[in-house]
Amino acid sequence: MNKHNQLDYLDELEAEAIHILREVAGQFERPALLFSGGKDSITLVRLAEKAFRPGKFPFPLVHIDTGHNFIETIEYRDAMVKRLGERLIVGNVQDSIDQGKVVEQKGKNASRNALQTVTLLDTIAEHKFDACIGGARRDEEKARSKERIFSVRDEFGQWDPKRQRPELWNIYNGKIHKGENVRVFPISNWTELDVWNYIRREKIELPSIYFAHERDTIVRNGQLMAASPVLNMDKDDIIERRTVRFRTVGDMTCTAAVASDAFLIDDIINEISESKISERGARMDDKVSEAAMEDRKKGGYF
Amino acid sequence: MDILKFITAGSVDDGKSTLIGRLLYDSDSILADQLEALHSSNRKNDDGSIDLAILTDGLKAEREQGITIDVAYKYFQTEKRKFIIADTPGHIQYTRNMVTGASNANLAIILIDARKGVIEQTIRHSFLVALLGIEQVVVCINKMDMVDYSEDVYNNILKDYNTLAGKVGLKNVHPIPVSALKGDNIVNNSSNMSWYKGESLLHFLETIDVSVDNSTEHARLPIQWVIRPQTDELHDYRGYAGRVSSGSFKVNDKVTVLPSGFKSTITKIELLDKEPEEALAGMSVTVHLKDEIDISRGDLLVNSSYQPEVSQLIEADLCWMDTRALDTSHTYFIQHNSKVTRCKIQETLYKVNINTLEKEQSDDFRLNDIGRIIIKTADPLAFDRYQDNKANGGAIIIDSRTNVTVGAVMLRNVAD
Ligand SMILES: Nc1nc2c(ncn2[C@@H]2O[C@H](COP(=O)(O)OP(=O)(O)O)[C@@H](O)[C@H]2O)c(=O)[nH]1
Ligand SMILES: [Mg+2]
Repeated sequence: MNKHNQLDYLDELEAEAIHILREVAGQFERPALLFSGGKDSITLVRLAEKAFRPGKFPFPLVHIDTGHNFIETIEYRDAMVKRLGERLIVGNVQDSIDQGKVVEQKGKNASRNALQTVTLLDTIAEHKFDACIGGARRDEEKARSKERIFSVRDEFGQWDPKRQRPELWNIYNGKIHKGENVRVFPISNWTELDVWNYIRREKIELPSIYFAHERDTIVRNGQLMAASPVLNMDKDDIIERRTVRFRTVGDMTCTAAVASDAFLIDDIINEISESKISERGARMDDKVSEAAMEDRKKGGYF
Repeated sequence: MDILKFITAGSVDDGKSTLIGRLLYDSDSILADQLEALHSSNRKNDDGSIDLAILTDGLKAEREQGITIDVAYKYFQTEKRKFIIADTPGHIQYTRNMVTGASNANLAIILIDARKGVIEQTIRHSFLVALLGIEQVVVCINKMDMVDYSEDVYNNILKDYNTLAGKVGLKNVHPIPVSALKGDNIVNNSSNMSWYKGESLLHFLETIDVSVDNSTEHARLPIQWVIRPQTDELHDYRGYAGRVSSGSFKVNDKVTVLPSGFKSTITKIELLDKEPEEALAGMSVTVHLKDEIDISRGDLLVNSSYQPEVSQLIEADLCWMDTRALDTSHTYFIQHNSKVTRCKIQETLYKVNINTLEKEQSDDFRLNDIGRIIIKTADPLAFDRYQDNKANGGAIIIDSRTNVTVGAVMLRNVAD
């Protein structure tokens, strides 16, 4: 028997993700790709091109917009959708607020991050999505490290960690009852560094806020935040111009910047290789308690 | 750089989570904020040192009970290799979660507590590792610090283990005496056990050969999706998309579509804007064929010279994974690669008592029971014997009432 070495790790991760995306296409009637504007979902879009071109994507892109996004993210999103010629559906948290389904938080630490879950579940219901593809990775956080690649959610979007389906080999069981849906994570097995190395290899363009730039910032709870009216700033918040970049792009109210001189992708890869802070360490929403993510997932969060 | 996927198995409290924590910690793979959380946690070892097991026990219930319930995946890399670890639960009631983790592993680490030696769980896990066809096994005799690092203790356990390995049919067994807690023989060779002349665990993991089977004999491509843009300029474009599960395909290879038996020739292999000459095991590609034949999702493309079995009546090993017992009168679904069809468990041949390895006559398959069955499928399956080709020999059983995955099936041969 003639044996060769295994594929290079990026090729293997890529092939696994493409396989998962094609399983979604083959198994579901109304799938969607949740696009956040972050590097992970941008990577997913690239993988979808590899899985389905020259055909069209068998799903629309769905963006849950908190209304507090970085302007650079929205500009990137719109340009990308135009280039791809694919359909974009936007679910607005503002609409959920206007409809009285959620109440805007008050005070200095107010964030719309928690409110997105309601908008997400409403958007899923409105469009009857049976599968939502997301860019979550198992190395991000402890609860995520336990989640299946096809993760079944009940009618209320809830994840039940004690009753996960067995998931063997690369056979994914997407059978569900009406009302349930599946969250699918094609890049589960990628690390943050894998994503960056892939972005470099594939020469994928990213929103500019990932790279070092000058911006007005304030310090909140020991973290650097972009100065913005959405942060409910007051006179105690001292605005200072700093050279920073963002490691994740989420809602402006909960995404901290890091001081950085990484202007190019090579700089970023060096910075991450040497850095000793995990990516989610820059997310205030995970700091609340040891089980913050598990609790949010049980409630329908991505 | 390639990836090694491995699981850790062993009984509760044998030190699986500690061992993984130790590997991550000593290979400098834990980030500062995670470390800070580790230090500030109030779960500590008796001597006050940090409890490395917290790194993998990610669920609230797990932390509360101090046990591992579901598989946790952990990632780390050294200069030589990337690693994906599945930390699997030891409790018998979570065997299905262990099987989930084990199904994708190239290597298993089986832990044995040096004070206890080979116990029931060691037998069960070794049996499962053999059944799931994991090629390489590292037996870590752990907690050597609690038996004075004694060579005699180690040798006695090893003797028992080798007997067991022979019984369950494990071939490549590599023993290492370790202390996960103290770090002996994990990353570096320990001075506490100078009698041990072998490699440290990490060094072994970095260098063990786990290359995949790229031989043409096993060229198998399950079709997942047909790409048909149907635009003006791509009017006749028809690409068959899938991931090569084993073996390899080249342009000009003669291929057969199963189960239909249609034959054609590969004219092109594509991956977005690239056109590789060869599609190797593990690659996701799109292939084009010379002839316009009927192919759809669920079909299997194979090299015409080396065809798998095609049958509706198949003998197989079954691991039952649901709290509701197997019902031989019920019609289930079976999913094999991208193909789903209905099936019945036509006959149960025997059940294995996985603590004693005795075979028993019984058709009462309950949660975590394992045995031999004959399965009858509505559509024929094109399959290989699992022990020869895992990628085309594994299938799952889905209960049509609950949609839940209730069984893992390792196909063996056409039943007569
Ligand atoms: N003395 C000693 N204790 C250990 C060793 N490895 C693990 N332990 C302890 O054994 C207990 C169970 O370990 P844990 O990693 O949670 O076991 P698991 O259930 O297999 O994941 C913990 O109290 C560990 O500190 C070892 O090598 N030596
Ligand atoms: Mg454990």
